[in-house]
Amino acid sequence: MMTLLQVKDMQTFIEQYHILQGVTMDVTPGEITVLFGRNGAGKTTTLRSIMGLQPASKGSIHWKGESIERLATYQIARKGIGYVPEDQSMFYDLTVGETMRIAMRRQDDRTMERQEWILNVFPDLRTFWNRKTGLLSGGQKQMMAIARAYVNDNDLLLIDEPSKGLAPIMVEKLMQSIEMMKAKTTVLLVEQNFFMAQTIGDRYYMMDEGKIVHQGSMQELRNNGEIRRKYLGIA
Amino acid sequence: MDGVINLLVNGLATGMLVFLLAVGLTLIFGLMSVLNFGHGGLFAWGAYGGVWLYGVTGSFVAALIGAVVIGMALGWMMERWVIRPVYGNHVQQILVTLGVMLVLSEMLKVVWSPNPLKADVPPLLSGSWEIGSVILIKYRLFVIVIGLLVFLAVQLVLKKTKIGLIVRAGVMNKEMVQALGIHIRTIFTLVFMVGAGLAALGGALLAPYSGVIFSEMGMQFAILAFIVVVIGGMGSIQGSMLAAILVGLSGSFLAYYLPELSLAGNMLLMVIVLLIKPSGLFGAKG
Ligand SMILES: Nc1ncnc2c1ncn2[C@@H]1O[C@H](COP(=O)(O)OP(=O)(O)OP(=O)(O)O)[C@@H](O)[C@H]1O
Ligand SMILES: [Mg+2]
Repeated sequence: MMTLLQVKDMQTFIEQYHILQGVTMDVTPGEITVLFGRNGAGKTTTLRSIMGLQPASKGSIHWKGESIERLATYQIARKGIGYVPEDQSMFYDLTVGETMRIAMRRQDDRTMERQEWILNVFPDLRTFWNRKTGLLSGGQKQMMAIARAYVNDNDLLLIDEPSKGLAPIMVEKLMQSIEMMKAKTTVLLVEQNFFMAQTIGDRYYMMDEGKIVHQGSMQELRNNGEIRRKYLGIA
Repeated sequence: MDGVINLLVNGLATGMLVFLLAVGLTLIFGLMSVLNFGHGGLFAWGAYGGVWLYGVTGSFVAALIGAVVIGMALGWMMERWVIRPVYGNHVQQILVTLGVMLVLSEMLKVVWSPNPLKADVPPLLSGSWEIGSVILIKYRLFVIVIGLLVFLAVQLVLKKTKIGLIVRAGVMNKEMVQALGIHIRTIFTLVFMVGAGLAALGGALLAPYSGVIFSEMGMQFAILAFIVVVIGGMGSIQGSMLAAILVGLSGSFLAYYLPELSLAGNMLLMVIVLLIKPSGLFGAKG
């Protein structure tokens, strides 16, 4: 199958530090690809480099066959890539409704339909439509961040550790909602929570010290306790 | 009592003029993290442009609108050619915008006159109303009304329009705004132009108020506006309004009752606010 996003030997420096030392990965359309790795492995930096927020200095990034590594962040977003950052980046003084309003690049039927759909997945957002996003709970902020990225007709969502700091029940709910999105959009998910991510992921990449060290189907990772132990510290 | 009302009106009118300058400064800083020391130059250009247009057209409304247009045009050039190359570098920004301030002020002398110019109050707004023993100077009330209208308009735009919401979102998180597919540079330019236009409006309004204009007139007001932005909280329009009123009133009352303190008064006000709330009255950041 054709790849949607193709990253080749991506290298990123932050100041003088060589953070990404050659990341190569493919994201297949219609799948949930999970990027694993321990703290500081470079997962967030990988997503930021794809978005052009932390531009890579070497390597290539292809989107539907077109090279995007030189584009500005807003241009990359307009190609159809939605970003859910690790810190959720709420516009804390804007309400849920206002956030959705500025997130929408168009206000056509399709976008409105997507908004309806995601509000049905996250009814809390409907309930707190007029509440400032800065006042939402941690889980609700995560829903807000996902809805904001989902509402446009994006072909790929980059979601950075949505489980961070949330209760297991909330994590489960989020994972289910991401799985529901799979029918509508491709997902590149960063996670450390193997048990949760394995329930929805199709393919995985394992990252360590700025490099991809393993990759394969999720089933392969389920069967390989050694890799999990070595890089995630779990059996 | 009458004296108090007069001081009140004077203070509020001055406050509104400072507010018009502060709007641009606070938004430009909040959104782009740019310290624009050239802002006072735009104020002076608004004053000269307004006086000139009033002379040519005979219409004060045309003069005010023209001043705003001149301010926005200068703002556009300033953002594109001067500020853009130094985004993200505060030291260069200070040097470069101070340079702009000087250039703008020197250009006024070349374009118009090296000597101060006289400015008249339009007939419709000259004179005063007498209510009992209180004398209200019409033009000062006019300035207050315009200031309040601008405040309301800016609030409305920032709270109700999509572009206004985007500006506020940009103040809170620039990266995320871009990650939504929004070209933030366009927003920068727009905000810069609006801020410059309002600064020029302030200058055009001040001219008949003070009766005389000179090329360095922007300096004093720019300093007050910086104090206001700091007291009010960077990026906050409400904060700027409140702080501008405080600064205006403290200026007018101190000048009357404690003239020896009038210069230090605003600084004192700033120090007190910063000691109590380092991010300013309405400061969200910090
Ligand atoms: N702004 C920065 N300045 C310097 N070093 C940075 C910066 N941002 C990230 N790093 C370093 O880059 C490395 C990778 O960071 P990154 O945030 O991509 O890791 P991560 O895999 O997302 O980790 P986590 O699971 O903790 O979120 C880390 O060693 C981190 O310290
Ligand atoms: Mg991370």
